[in-house]
Amino acid sequence: MNSIIEGFLKAFSLILTLDRELVGIIILSLQVSGTALLIASLIGIPAGTITGLMKFPGRGFIIMLSNTFMGLPPVVVGLFVYLILSRSGPLGFMGLLYTPSAMIVAQIILALPIVTSLCHSAIVNIDPIMGQAAATLGATPYQKALAIVREARHGIFSGIIAGLGRVMAEVGAILIVGGNIAGYTRVMTTTIALETDKGNFELALALGIILLIISLLINMVLYVFQKKGAQRRP
Amino acid sequence: MNGNKKGGYEMKLLRHFFTMVFVLSLFATINASEEKEILCASTTSTENSGLFAYILPVFEKKTGIKVKVVARGTGAAIEMGKRGDADVAFVHAKEQELKAVEEGYFVNRHDVMYNDFVIIGPPDDPSKIKGVKSASDAFRAIADSGHPFVSRGDNSGTHTKELSIWKKIGMEPKGKTWYLEVGQGMEKTQRIANEKRAYTLTDRGTWLATKDKDKLEMTILLEGDPLLFNQYGVMAVNPEKHKHAKYKEAMEFVNWLISKEGQEAIASFKDKNGNQLFIPNAK
Repeated sequence: MNSIIEGFLKAFSLILTLDRELVGIIILSLQVSGTALLIASLIGIPAGTITGLMKFPGRGFIIMLSNTFMGLPPVVVGLFVYLILSRSGPLGFMGLLYTPSAMIVAQIILALPIVTSLCHSAIVNIDPIMGQAAATLGATPYQKALAIVREARHGIFSGIIAGLGRVMAEVGAILIVGGNIAGYTRVMTTTIALETDKGNFELALALGIILLIISLLINMVLYVFQKKGAQRRP
Repeated sequence: MNGNKKGGYEMKLLRHFFTMVFVLSLFATINASEEKEILCASTTSTENSGLFAYILPVFEKKTGIKVKVVARGTGAAIEMGKRGDADVAFVHAKEQELKAVEEGYFVNRHDVMYNDFVIIGPPDDPSKIKGVKSASDAFRAIADSGHPFVSRGDNSGTHTKELSIWKKIGMEPKGKTWYLEVGQGMEKTQRIANEKRAYTLTDRGTWLATKDKDKLEMTILLEGDPLLFNQYGVMAVNPEKHKHAKYKEAMEFVNWLISKEGQEAIASFKDKNGNQLFIPNAK
């Protein structure tokens, strides 16, 4: 019990003193996960929309694949990306292993299925009357799709938030492809894993609390956005 | 889509969100600095003991070369070098190292320093290994008594050493109920052994650095057997195997470690209780 209380106290003292190393680690975490989420959204939202609105061969397979990959263990993704980016792997010439870019690649793979699948189900759950009505009003297929995406925005937003949760909390993949190099690829979660390994439980717990607070702040901002939108609905 | 104006506000927010993320991501575009740096594949024992945090700044100040350390088990660290994912390896499994040099993956291997392995276990010593002559006898006593023994089980230098002792006494512990392979780093393995009131083989550096912090209710039961000698070596990735490897900088690091200055830096590194953890012995 003592360790837990100490962890909380340590968390507050770390926040108050704003340790420079810690700030660097937090910023890198946000950059890596933010970039990964952005790219995953740019691919996942169109992919989810297309599979939600159009019928084409292989559509069911894509949806199934996406749903399955939602449960992919991060360690497996890490290992896969490692083997690809390793100097002895197919993309080794790029020299990306043990850089923040490698971590972003791994996290895109983790977030993409979540964003795609949740976007897909949000689109599918929109009442088909919506599309028909748009068509009756003379909308082109593109305008019709846009109207449905607008209608499904809450669900899509949830997908983005779920993707964010996945990448912010993940440690297995970035530990393998980033290498947890001090001052270069060390992020919040890998620091927590390292400090736990070193037996610095209080510090590890303190970092965990800070990570939680950051996630809470991000989600508060997103919630306000979403709520505002929701209230504007008739 | 005039009929959908109410969605416009939220779409705008969505756009703001993406702009925010995008701006953040701009900062992430790798700070491609021109500074010289090498990647060193090493082991958890050197990283977690704090040795690197102590000696690397000295080296960096002198040469301007930044050493980025990826800490893995010795097996994984050597593998990293073999695949060309590191420039230099600093590990402790001499036989594996020499084999990798022979295979042409590494060049210029040097002894750097050593510490030793010790057998730790519960103070009441249920297998009665305290006072036996050698590590082999101690292992045999543990096996005979069937008291739990926790193994790293991760191809690390410590694990390799442990397996070599089992092999020496002609014993195959794998699969025995008292033999627990945990596949974790040294400190975690110690903690598991502590919880299970089991024996384990550990390196003195990790033991000294962590026994108080982790509140281990264990004690050293066997030490001093020459068989338990733990030699650390450093070697550069062979530039003929991997052209991109930063051989020149890697060799600067190797040569510094075995120089008088590097050796003195290693000798002066102490843990917070004032124990010297590594004894330099470069020739």
